[in-house]
Amino acid sequence: MFSTSPAFKENAHKAIADVGLQKALTRTKPHFQGRRAKAVEGLPEFERLRDIGRDIKNHTLANLDFYLETWAGNVERAGGQVHWCATADDARAAVLAICERVGAKTVTKGKSMISEELAINEHLEQHGITPVETDLGEYILQLRREPPSHIIAPAFHLNREDWEESFRRAHTDLAPDRVFRERRDILTEARAKLRARFLAADVGITGANFLIAETGSSVIVTNEGNGDLTQTLPRVHIVLASIEKMVPTLEDATNMLRLLARSATGQDFSVYTTFSTGVRREGDLDGPEEYHVILLDNGRSAMLGTEFQDMLRCIRCAACMNHCPVYGVVGGHAYGWVYPGPMGAVLTPTLIGVDQAGNLPNASTFCGKCESVCPVKIPLPKMMRHWREREFERHLTPSAVRTNLALWGFFARRPGLYRFATRIGAGVLGWLGRKRGRLSRLPFAGGWTAGRDLPTPEGKTFFARYASEQRRQRGAS
Amino acid sequence: MSSREAILGAIRRHLHRGALPEDQAAMLRARLAAHPRHLIPARSRLSRAGQIALFIANVEKEFGSVVRLPDTRAVPGAIADYLAQQNLPSEIVMAPHPALQAIPWAERPLLKRRAGRAEASDLVSLQHGFAAIAETGTLMLPAAPERPTTINLLADTALVLLQASRVVGAYEEAWDLLRAERRDPLTGGFMPRNVMLVTGPSRSADIEQTLELGAHGPRRLHILLLDDDEAARATPESAPQ
Repeated sequence: MFSTSPAFKENAHKAIADVGLQKALTRTKPHFQGRRAKAVEGLPEFERLRDIGRDIKNHTLANLDFYLETWAGNVERAGGQVHWCATADDARAAVLAICERVGAKTVTKGKSMISEELAINEHLEQHGITPVETDLGEYILQLRREPPSHIIAPAFHLNREDWEESFRRAHTDLAPDRVFRERRDILTEARAKLRARFLAADVGITGANFLIAETGSSVIVTNEGNGDLTQTLPRVHIVLASIEKMVPTLEDATNMLRLLARSATGQDFSVYTTFSTGVRREGDLDGPEEYHVILLDNGRSAMLGTEFQDMLRCIRCAACMNHCPVYGVVGGHAYGWVYPGPMGAVLTPTLIGVDQAGNLPNASTFCGKCESVCPVKIPLPKMMRHWREREFERHLTPSAVRTNLALWGFFARRPGLYRFATRIGAGVLGWLGRKRGRLSRLPFAGGWTAGRDLPTPEGKTFFARYASEQRRQRGAS
Repeated sequence: MSSREAILGAIRRHLHRGALPEDQAAMLRARLAAHPRHLIPARSRLSRAGQIALFIANVEKEFGSVVRLPDTRAVPGAIADYLAQQNLPSEIVMAPHPALQAIPWAERPLLKRRAGRAEASDLVSLQHGFAAIAETGTLMLPAAPERPTTINLLADTALVLLQASRVVGAYEEAWDLLRAERRDPLTGGFMPRNVMLVTGPSRSADIEQTLELGAHGPRRLHILLLDDDEAARATPESAPQ
C-alpha cells in the first residue's frame, strides 16, 4: 500500500477540519471504550489472563522457528500447502500464481490487514482477477476506493448518508429512487449483493487471527459470518498470515481468544470463531478442495532480538487506538498507511522505514492509556520513544525541533540553572498575565494560543513548592 | 536457499542462536503433547444445572433463543411450532446426522425435510450440536460428512439440536471432548477440517457502530436443548446474572 505517513501533520489538519469524520469519531469513541470496560468488569480474571497472554506470546516468539516448522508439518499432513514468503512481493506472486493456476475470475475476501499490507486487491485487478471484499465495512470501502481507517471497524468514519450514496451509485441495477428507511435496509441490500458473489467465487481469501502449531490450524474471528462463507464455498481457500500469529496449542489460543473480543468490540466472544485445518475430507459435503497459507515475514523476523520484539505480541484488537487521544481526534487515515493508532505508530516504521513513518511515533502524548488497555501488555509508549531516539540519531528530526531539544537539554543537564530559568520564566509569564490570569498571545507559541488561551503560572514553580513541602513534612515529623 | 530456510534462518539469527538443541526441542514437543490448560475463569465452575442455566442465559444475551425439550419425540412439534411463530415455511434442510435421522419425524408429516448440505435458497437449517460451552453460550460445530459447514451458515434461520449432557463449562472441556472422541481420517489426529464456535446469530455493527442481526449468516439462532442429563434438571445453585 502507498504510504502518506510522511504527510502526517497535513493529514491530521485535514482530519480535524473534516466534519463527517469528526461526527463519526464523536459517535464511536464512547461505544468502544464503554463496551470494553463493561466486558472487562464482567471477567474478574481479566488481568491475570493478560499476563498469561503476554507470557504465551513471549514463549512462542522465543521458539518461533520450532513452532513454525511444527505447524507447517501439520498443515501439510492435513493436505494444505504453506507458501513461505519473505517479502510482500513474494506473497503477492504466490497468491496470483494460485489464482491463475485455478483459472480464477473472481475472488471473495474476508477481512485481513495483511491483505492491505500486500495491496493484494490492486495486484489481482492488474492481472484481470476481480477481488470482492465481503466484510460489510470493507465492502463499502472497496466501492468508494478508500483504505480502512481502523483495524477492526474499517468504515467507522462513514456516516449513514455515505452508505446510501455509495450503494445508489454502485448498485445501478436497483431502483434509483429506492428508500433506505433503516440501517437494516442497507444491510439487507449488501447481503443480497454479496450472497451472489460468494456463490460465484473461485477462490476465497481470508486472514488469520492465530495459527496453531499443535494442529496446523488457522483461526478467523468474525461477527458477520462473511469469513466463513469466503472459506467454505469456493473450491480454493487461501489464508494470509504473518509469522507472529503463531501460538502453540488450542489451550494457548483459547486464552488469547478470551482476551481478543473483550478488548476489541467488548463482546465476551465473537459470533464466529473458526478453526480451519487443511482440505475437504473424504465424504465431506462442503469445504475447499485446496488450502493454502501465505506465510509472510515482511520485516517481522528482523524485529526479534531488538527493542521492538514485544510488538510481535500484538493480536490486532484495536484497544490501543480506541483509547488513544490522538487517534480519537484525527482518526485512522491520517496515519497514512495500513496500521493506525499507537500500534501503527510502532509497527509502521519497522515495516516501511523510520524515514517514511518517523512522524507517527511523535503523534503521542505519552499518556500511557494504550499500554494500560493492551491485552498482551505491549509497552507501546516506550517503543515510540525508541523510535524518536532513532529518528533523532539519524538526523531525520526537523532542525527547529533539534535546536529546541538541544536548548532544553542544555538546561535539563544543569538542574540549578534549569530551576533558575523556570523561575524566571514563570515569573515573567505570571507578570504578563497578572490582570486576566491567562494570555491570548505568546511569542513562538502562536499555534498553541490560536485556539485557546494559556493560563498563566500562579505562585511558585513545582520544584520550589516540592522543596518547601518536603521541608514542612520534615518539620512536622 | 529456499524461502523457508531464509525465514527460519532470519528468525534464528535475530534470536542470536542456531536451531534449537535437541533437549529444548524435546521440551517443546512435550508441551505440545501435554497442551497444558491456563487459568479457567470461575464463572463456569458450577453444578451441571448451573452450567445449563449459564449456557441458556448467555445464548439469550447474545440474541439467540433456547427451548428445553424432554426427549427427541418433542423435536418435530417444537420445530413446527417455532416455524409457525416466526411465519416461516414448514421446510428445513438438515445435517445428515444419525441423531437427526433418528428423530420420529412421522409425527409431523407436514414438516418437509431434506438431508444434506445447505444451499443459498434454504430458509431454515437444522444442525447437530457436538458440544456447547456455558462460559459464553457458544456452540461447538466440528465439520464432518454428517455435519456440513454450510448448514451453519447459509439459511436465514439456524436451528441446532443439542443434548444437555454435551454442555460443558469452559472451552478447554469442549476441546477435550473433541480430542477424546474424534479421529480424523486424513491426519490421524483429532482436528477436523473445520471447527466453528458459534455464539448467537450473525451480526454487524459496521454501519454507524449500530448492531444489526443477520449480516451474512443466519439472522436467527434457535437451540433445541434435549434434557438428557438428570443432574442438569435440578434447580441451579444460583441464577446467573
